[in-house]
Amino acid sequence: MSLNEEVELLRRVPLFAKIDPSKLKLLAFTSQRLTYKPGDVLFRQGDPGDAAFVIIGGEAEVMVDTPSGPLTVAHLKQNDFVGEIAILCDVPRTATVTASSEVTTLRIEKDLFFRLINDFPQIAVEIMRVLAQRLERTTADLRALSARTKGSA
Amino acid sequence: MEKSLYRFILKHSLKQQVIIVLLSLASFIPYYYYLSMPKAIVNQGIEGKDISFPVDLFSLGWVSLDHTEYLLVLCFAFLALVVVQQGFKYAINVFQGIAGERMLRRLRYLLYAQILRFPLPTFRRTSQGEIIPMVVAEVEPVGGFIGESFALPIFQGGMLLVIFTFLLIQNPLMALAAVSLYPIQFYFVPKMQAKVRALGRERIKNQRRISDRIGESISGITEVHAHDASNRMLAEFSRRLGFSYWIRVEIFQRKFMIKFLNNFIQQLGPFFFYTIGGYLVIRGSMDVGTIVAAVNAHKEMAAPWKELLNHYQTREDVKQKYDQVISQFEPEGMRAPNDQHEEPENPPSLAGPIAVSGLALSDDQGHPVLEGVNVTIPWPARVAVVGGEGRDEFLQLMARTLAPTRGKITINSHNLANLPETVTGRRLGYVSSSAYIFNTTLGDNLLFGLRHRPLVPRKLKPEELRRYERERREALASGNTDFDPDADWTDYAAAGVKNQDELRAVAIDALRAAAFDEDVYQIGMRGTIDPERHPEVAARVLEARRAFRSRLSDGALADLVESWDPARYNSNATVAENLMFGTARNGIYHEDNLARDSHVLSVLDQVGLRRRFLEIGHEVATTMVELFADLPPDHEFFQQFSFISSEDLPEYKDILVRARPDTLEQLSEPDRYRLMSLPFKLVLARHRLGHFNEEERQAILRAREIFARTLPPSRRDAIAFFDPETFTVSSSIVDNILFGRVAYGQAQAQEKIGRVIGDVVEQLGLREPIIEVGMQFEVGIAGARLNAAQRQKLAIARALVKNPDWLLLSEATASLDPRSHDMVVKAIVGARGESGLIWSLQRASDCQGFDMVLVMEHGRIVQFGPFADLQNQPGRFREMLAPTG
Repeated sequence: MSLNEEVELLRRVPLFAKIDPSKLKLLAFTSQRLTYKPGDVLFRQGDPGDAAFVIIGGEAEVMVDTPSGPLTVAHLKQNDFVGEIAILCDVPRTATVTASSEVTTLRIEKDLFFRLINDFPQIAVEIMRVLAQRLERTTADLRALSARTKGSA
Repeated sequence: MEKSLYRFILKHSLKQQVIIVLLSLASFIPYYYYLSMPKAIVNQGIEGKDISFPVDLFSLGWVSLDHTEYLLVLCFAFLALVVVQQGFKYAINVFQGIAGERMLRRLRYLLYAQILRFPLPTFRRTSQGEIIPMVVAEVEPVGGFIGESFALPIFQGGMLLVIFTFLLIQNPLMALAAVSLYPIQFYFVPKMQAKVRALGRERIKNQRRISDRIGESISGITEVHAHDASNRMLAEFSRRLGFSYWIRVEIFQRKFMIKFLNNFIQQLGPFFFYTIGGYLVIRGSMDVGTIVAAVNAHKEMAAPWKELLNHYQTREDVKQKYDQVISQFEPEGMRAPNDQHEEPENPPSLAGPIAVSGLALSDDQGHPVLEGVNVTIPWPARVAVVGGEGRDEFLQLMARTLAPTRGKITINSHNLANLPETVTGRRLGYVSSSAYIFNTTLGDNLLFGLRHRPLVPRKLKPEELRRYERERREALASGNTDFDPDADWTDYAAAGVKNQDELRAVAIDALRAAAFDEDVYQIGMRGTIDPERHPEVAARVLEARRAFRSRLSDGALADLVESWDPARYNSNATVAENLMFGTARNGIYHEDNLARDSHVLSVLDQVGLRRRFLEIGHEVATTMVELFADLPPDHEFFQQFSFISSEDLPEYKDILVRARPDTLEQLSEPDRYRLMSLPFKLVLARHRLGHFNEEERQAILRAREIFARTLPPSRRDAIAFFDPETFTVSSSIVDNILFGRVAYGQAQAQEKIGRVIGDVVEQLGLREPIIEVGMQFEVGIAGARLNAAQRQKLAIARALVKNPDWLLLSEATASLDPRSHDMVVKAIVGARGESGLIWSLQRASDCQGFDMVLVMEHGRIVQFGPFADLQNQPGRFREMLAPTG
């Protein structure tokens, strides 16, 4: 895949849709495109976070360690964004992400990530939207769970 | 060392001094004839006074000479005398030089030997900056002086006497007049000189402080930066320089005043000759010739007289310098020389219990550090020392690197105070928390504790042997050691092995116990070998390369590495590597130089790529300028990603303004070179700029073949070609096993490959040879090329290798991360089961595996016993074990 094709691909990711093509080219050039085999781990819960990932192709599972074993909390597909929490909040990875098919990602280093947010408020808004959606879903899950535990009690 | 300079000179160079003096005396005979010859030539040879021709030479009737012949004989005799006299001078000078240099060598050697015997607390008060100039620079004039210490006064004094006698015979009155003012000079000048010398001493002291200051600034450079202290440092330095300046100015003033007086007194002679002599001539009681002769003779005498005065002054100066240096180099409590140098006849074993009684130690201000320490440690035992102050000093006392203020330590019933360093330094192993690593290879550092004296002489060829013998004799003549640093010093027996091969195993065990083997293995992987010197290792690396390849061919790993294949383009390598199919061994084929190398350019011409390289260079430059133009110059992306550094970027911008894609050839030569050098750096898989299509890659493969075929013979050593069946010289071992490039964009490729290579290396038994390569690693000044933890681990391994009876570790693992720390504690406690180990630790919980625990508080032992006992007794140790907070 050439750089120009990659730029085209990135433009289709909602997060980057409004970014100037020349900046997108720099992003593509300086970010590592990584391919993971099925079962490979993108990052592990508890690891220090140094980069965020954009899924360019393939699917991955997000799992959280619980006292009763690993729990799958989300599925990732093309154009999804993952790993931003650890670099935004400077905390260790909050979940483990494993490739469930062959996954191609764009790995964005922490510094570049902050630079992008500074330079392009649209990205910040987009990330907020994604985070808010996740929060909303988590809240819904929690509500459902508490309703269930009350019902069984 | 001898207390006075002259005693030192006489003790060590009496023979040379006698020879020099005799030579000097012998040279007077030709000198006297040399002085009288001109008179004979003028009077007899030219004017023919008091002689009748033909002359019968020496009245033997052998030859008879007429007037001209006689003149010639006299003139040649004069020439011969000149040669003989200068020959003497040459011999004396050389001899003096040698004698002086030998004595200087001896003096420096002695001073250095003294430093090695200083008691350790001395170094807290004396800085390097003060000691180094003393040994290196300040004793230099002493050496120069020693050579002429006796000969010069005798020679110059004799010369003076010869001239004076000569004058006396000519005209006694004038001779006396010529020397009449010498006593005045001899009295006054030294008095004035004394003040200059005092100033000189001030100056030396100040200079020592200056060098000390510079040394301190370099050691503390981080602090200077971190606290913005450079202005203060400069101001202090400037003040020191100012001291030097004002001292120097005063010295100049006085020195030149002395010179002025000297010259003035010197000229008083002619003044008297002209006035008194002139008056006598007018009165008719003296003839003019006598005055002229007296003035001339006075002039002749000036040179030796000046030399004598100078000598007298340097003598005072050098004597003082000597006294000063010697007094600095004899601190209290120095060890005896035999402690270090005499090989013990029956080296006692220290494998036995330790008894400490009434031990006390005070610091240099007299405050007690240790007090009333009494303990008996059984043998064998592994003892953990925990608690507060005094632990390190306690261990240092047992290692005999410190001497106690009071009290006694016996090990295996030998009084430690009476044991020489040749025993304690071999049978005990002490590691401090900031052990020093020397600037040599890692392996030399590891075996440092096994090298006490040369054991196996090196093998020398006959011509080398002659040279070596000469050097050895010279070293002995200067009282230096004749130990050969290049001999094999390694004491295999001490390490419990017979030869180098067995030692290797022991060394690797020690590295493992210190959790250092993995580091050395990794270092070795990045190192390389010379396949000609280690053909066997090279062969095994090639075997590993094949094994690695076959492992790669199975499915999941196949994409991780793109191997070097002569018939294929490697898109994970640079265009330059693909073209040359090898690595540059020197600058000729360095990436940056390819675009202006005639050989490379001709290869590109032959495959028709030269124009294309220029175009691609133009495109790459355009892209780079577009991508990086509005980044700040110090942005890290330049370093990480750009082909063009931030400094060069504006220049490329300018070139792009000048360049049109269709008229690139018209650019100036430097512009074209700049553009053309870019494509060589492209890694197609990584940069993905869309250059070099299939057809062009094929062309590069053709160029590869032509490049190798047309390589000029003179450049054979400039490149190491990739060949599946040979070890690539100057590539690292890991690159040789990999024999390719890690594929771009494969997640965790490095880790996965590392694991496979590790497996392969283990299977082929290559791990140990690679660790050995790692041991060739140069660690840098004070081990700067290793990190702090690695240095510490190396120091522990160094103590382990020599297999000491008692291993004494003073918080030696403090700089290690917790995991390595636990590993090292476990490994060493396990390894020392049958021998002695005393380990000062920080955490009480680390003491679990030890036989005994010793708790120190405020320089006293408060608890001593097995871990289990102390754990269950109320006391300091239990408090320490309890989790805090």
